[in-house]
Amino acid sequence: MVSHAIEVRNLYKIFGPRGGDYVDAVKKGLGKAELNQKYGHVLGLRDINISMPAGGIMVVMGLSGSGKSTLIRHINRLIDPTAGEVLYDGVDVCKMSENDLREFRRHKTAMVFQKFALLPHRTVLENTVYGLEIQGVGAADREKRAKQWIERVGLAGFENHYPNQLSGGMQQRVGLARALTNDADILLMDEAYSALDPLIRVDMQTVLLDLQKELRKTVVFITHDLDEALRLGDKIAILRDGLVVQQGTGQEIVLNPADEYITAFVKEVNRGRVVNVETIMAPLSGNPEGMPIVKGTVLEVAARAMTAVNQTLAHVVDESGKPIGALSLSAIISSMVTPTSHEAKAA
Amino acid sequence: MAGICELLPGFLCKFPAFSDASVRAARKVIDDGFKGLVREYVNIIDAMVQPLQWFLNYLERLFVSSPWPIILIIMVAIVYFGSRNMKITIGTALSMLAIGLLGLWNDTMVTLAMVTVCTMIAIIVGIPIGIVMARSDRVQSFVNPVLDVMQTMPSFVYLIPVVMIFGIGKVPGLIAVVIYAVPPMIRLTNLGIRLVDKEVLEAADAFGSSGWQKLKNVQMPLALPTIMAGINQTIMMSLAMVVVASMVGVGGLGKNVLQAINNQFFTVGFLNGFALVAIAIIFDRTSQAYGRRLQKHSEVIHG
Repeated sequence: MVSHAIEVRNLYKIFGPRGGDYVDAVKKGLGKAELNQKYGHVLGLRDINISMPAGGIMVVMGLSGSGKSTLIRHINRLIDPTAGEVLYDGVDVCKMSENDLREFRRHKTAMVFQKFALLPHRTVLENTVYGLEIQGVGAADREKRAKQWIERVGLAGFENHYPNQLSGGMQQRVGLARALTNDADILLMDEAYSALDPLIRVDMQTVLLDLQKELRKTVVFITHDLDEALRLGDKIAILRDGLVVQQGTGQEIVLNPADEYITAFVKEVNRGRVVNVETIMAPLSGNPEGMPIVKGTVLEVAARAMTAVNQTLAHVVDESGKPIGALSLSAIISSMVTPTSHEAKAA
Repeated sequence: MAGICELLPGFLCKFPAFSDASVRAARKVIDDGFKGLVREYVNIIDAMVQPLQWFLNYLERLFVSSPWPIILIIMVAIVYFGSRNMKITIGTALSMLAIGLLGLWNDTMVTLAMVTVCTMIAIIVGIPIGIVMARSDRVQSFVNPVLDVMQTMPSFVYLIPVVMIFGIGKVPGLIAVVIYAVPPMIRLTNLGIRLVDKEVLEAADAFGSSGWQKLKNVQMPLALPTIMAGINQTIMMSLAMVVVASMVGVGGLGKNVLQAINNQFFTVGFLNGFALVAIAIIFDRTSQAYGRRLQKHSEVIHG
């Protein structure tokens, strides 16, 4: 199975009975407030262009009302766009016929929901086989495949429980097992972990990262939590009022926040877990000193390694072991505690 | 107040109704037209309701002519396996024995057959209409007022055309009962499906369910508690209506009640009335307990 990238191009969504009539006006700069006041239509998404990496985790982040849940529903077209396209493997999802769309949803996508959306009258096993059942896969086969995933998400022994008998975390494991059993290329996770307790959330993030190492699906993950976004995302897009404010890797966003809004967001982030050593290393002068640290290590881990052996100097090496830069404990600490703002960068 | 009328034009004091003659003429046209229509299609109508008549007669004969212990055992068994509740089961056995001892066994069987057929028809007719109604707001806005009329129109009024079309007998009675008892079935099926959690429906869509798969796997199962309440209401309303239907020739307990009213037989009236109440309670408790049992999965065990 090879997952493809998802290309979202010039996507607009205007909610209301005559949304299509206002696309041109919005393209020319009609604002969200004005559209709502004058015409009674709600601007959901405005000119979204995101290329979601194949086989990677794309995180779409934003606060409530930013349009992130609307965006993810365009990928399997639970919501029809007003204008624009969503391409997967060269095909525009927005132009599919009803039948093609149903086949696309059955075989190419699987979704995990914020409020789990399990069928209350079905057991864990019966919920997990749902996707295969509507595809018409035989009972023995689908149960075998479902049981395997139930075990992988840590619910072995609960196959015959009803969702109501499980805790929230366990219910979301069922939701995840249901999506994974579908064996689809695209995994859509709509605030999948937002309803869970912090500890369970971190636990579930680990489950996802572990699974992703071997599955390499194209995952689209929606969240309002920047820490979650930075932990999971190969690429992050930040949405505000239906507009992409910034997109890039976690490190790019933390180091170069595009505006005040994102600056405010990243201020609270534990930068030691996001920034890599090669980002802050100084050029090598003379011989490499201290201990070697592999490129790609985050600051927190590097600092811990250095303190453990009681050294204040280190050097960064690339994958082949060749020294490429110098590092000091004080430099690490200063970049961990100094927040960057978009203004400081500009200055 | 009378004085003010002398100052006003006459039509402001006395409502200017159509003249008696024109109303009479219009009435005559409608009545005659309807009668003519019925006379013309009487054979087709009879042929259409014939299967109903057979089914009703067959069930009635089955109930009345089977030895009473067999009926009693079957009934108690159904109640027990439906409700799994000893109290309801024993209550059923005792009240059926009391009905038998009071000499109302045969009449009760006739009523039971009637209510069984009416309920079945109401369910067969009501659930599909309810489903269609839940799928389209247009249909809903059209069906709802019809249901309002069916529920509020005094039952005696629609007995008139029913009798004109079908004559006196069991089938017109059955049709009158179904008209009266089907609205809650339709309404509650519609409501149940409309109340299904949007998130769960969205999940079903996201996995690529077809319309039929959504109905079968999600909407009907989740609407079931409400639909069960509809069935319960339908049974109760058919039981109430079989008494009125006795006026057009339906036998059983209702006929006894009607005779008791006509002759002021106080005791007979109440005995038959209580027999109806007993059947109603048996049906009600059993169907409710059964509905609750179906919903076992919704008990929250984990807080």
